[in-house]
Amino acid sequence: MLCQECRQRAATIHVTRIVDGRKTEMDLCEQCAREKGEFDFFVEPQLPLQSFLASLLQQAQARSAPQALATLTCDNCGLTYKEFAQTGKLGCSKCYEQLGERLEPMLKRIHGSAEHVGKVPKRTGGVFRVRQELRELRERMARAVQAEDFETAAKLRDQIKKREKEVE
Amino acid sequence: MGRGSDLTERALSQWMESPGPESDTVISSRVRLARNLEGIPFPHLMTDEQADQVIDMVGAAFRSPAAGKLVLNTWQLIRMAELSPLDRHILVEKHLISPNLARTDRGAVVVGAGEAVSIMINEEDHLRIQCLYPGLQLAEALELANKVDDLLESRLEYAFHEKRGFATACPTNAGTGMRASVMVHLPVLVINNQAGRVLSTVVKLGFLVRGLYGEGTEALGNIFQVSNQVTLGQAEEEIVQNLRSVVLQVIGQERQLRRAIVADMREQIEDKVGRAYGTLLWGHIISSQEAMQLMSDVRLGIELGLIKGVDRKILNELLVAIRPAFLQKLAGRELDATERDVRRADLIRLRLKASGLERTE
Repeated sequence: MLCQECRQRAATIHVTRIVDGRKTEMDLCEQCAREKGEFDFFVEPQLPLQSFLASLLQQAQARSAPQALATLTCDNCGLTYKEFAQTGKLGCSKCYEQLGERLEPMLKRIHGSAEHVGKVPKRTGGVFRVRQELRELRERMARAVQAEDFETAAKLRDQIKKREKEVE
Repeated sequence: MGRGSDLTERALSQWMESPGPESDTVISSRVRLARNLEGIPFPHLMTDEQADQVIDMVGAAFRSPAAGKLVLNTWQLIRMAELSPLDRHILVEKHLISPNLARTDRGAVVVGAGEAVSIMINEEDHLRIQCLYPGLQLAEALELANKVDDLLESRLEYAFHEKRGFATACPTNAGTGMRASVMVHLPVLVINNQAGRVLSTVVKLGFLVRGLYGEGTEALGNIFQVSNQVTLGQAEEEIVQNLRSVVLQVIGQERQLRRAIVADMREQIEDKVGRAYGTLLWGHIISSQEAMQLMSDVRLGIELGLIKGVDRKILNELLVAIRPAFLQKLAGRELDATERDVRRADLIRLRLKASGLERTE
């Protein structure tokens, strides 16, 4: 389709405007859209982020299992590897489980780490929260033992025992 | 839009009215948390019905009694579909929503606490909780964001993964889902060609530096946004503390140069600031870019004590009021670029004269 304004370049931007309840639609090329300038924010910067992410995942795949990534599909939302490569976006929370360890190198590359250590949801994060608290308590106990503060260490040990029962 | 017309008719959000700490160099601090709901595909894959469902669920959470305890008792929920493109653009100019949300009819936003809190619904993630504070107040912004987050979590089932943290559509946000950012005004670093050097060091330390309106925008008016890049493997408090100390370093450099410039080049800087002020007071056609630069100079004049009697608030208000969508809203009709430049100059003259600006000799 050709741009409605210049009738020369291909229309790549579809503009829908609703003014006073009246809907108007336009098909413009990027240049005309920018020149019209009414809403300068719809021209997105060309970020190659998606392809970066996809290539990171591909590398990880090549190392662990050579079978084609192309067949990978999320059971829950149906997202395919191809779609991920195009958008750089996962489809649902289950994608994180489905991709499992394959995500690890990519996350490490982006964040320098693949394990969450921050906030845990108060209500839904029940078990995770207790586990995280346990980790912290054990660290504190180890420090107390090192400092030969056995009274504190004993108290912490009791707390840890109590918390451990909650997780079981 | 009947209710909450302040949202699109007032340029200055209530939260920007009181000056925050370090406000000689820091304009505002922001914390944004990305959250998704369990069992519903992320926004780019969900159906229109699911999008509506998410909006309704969030609305219900805000109607719950627990919400009354927050400063959010004056919240409002607005669907993008109810807003004209112009009003959507104004919300972008006020930093209440992202350009991405403005583009979709399936999105909505909850705004509360004098516009200090905004929750984007169905942007890249189901929820983007955003809290804004004037000056350098990252810890405060995080605390408020956590309260809003806890309120929503008490009602909604969040998608959370033990190892990967909060599940986000883009893996670059996984973990905490938190992006903290600080908007800094660095005119003297820019004048001295030092901004590039200082900011590239910040980038090497793992932080992002961008322009006033985020991704892909240039640094208009010497205003830069510094934010964290890493969201996984570091706790929220740690990220915020690191960002704060990096920002303190940057503004320390700016301040040092400001002192040097006043001591060594007083006439030159007085001349620059005075000319900028003169143009804003007497100019009749001013482009957005020129206005941003001149307002940056006047802001510097205020901070250096060369211009007295002006409230920073006026400049903060003008940062939004001179943007294209806002000018058109004020005019009540569409304006072409030249008309906007004339209206912009009119508005600036009016606001500066009303504030009783006077320059000291």
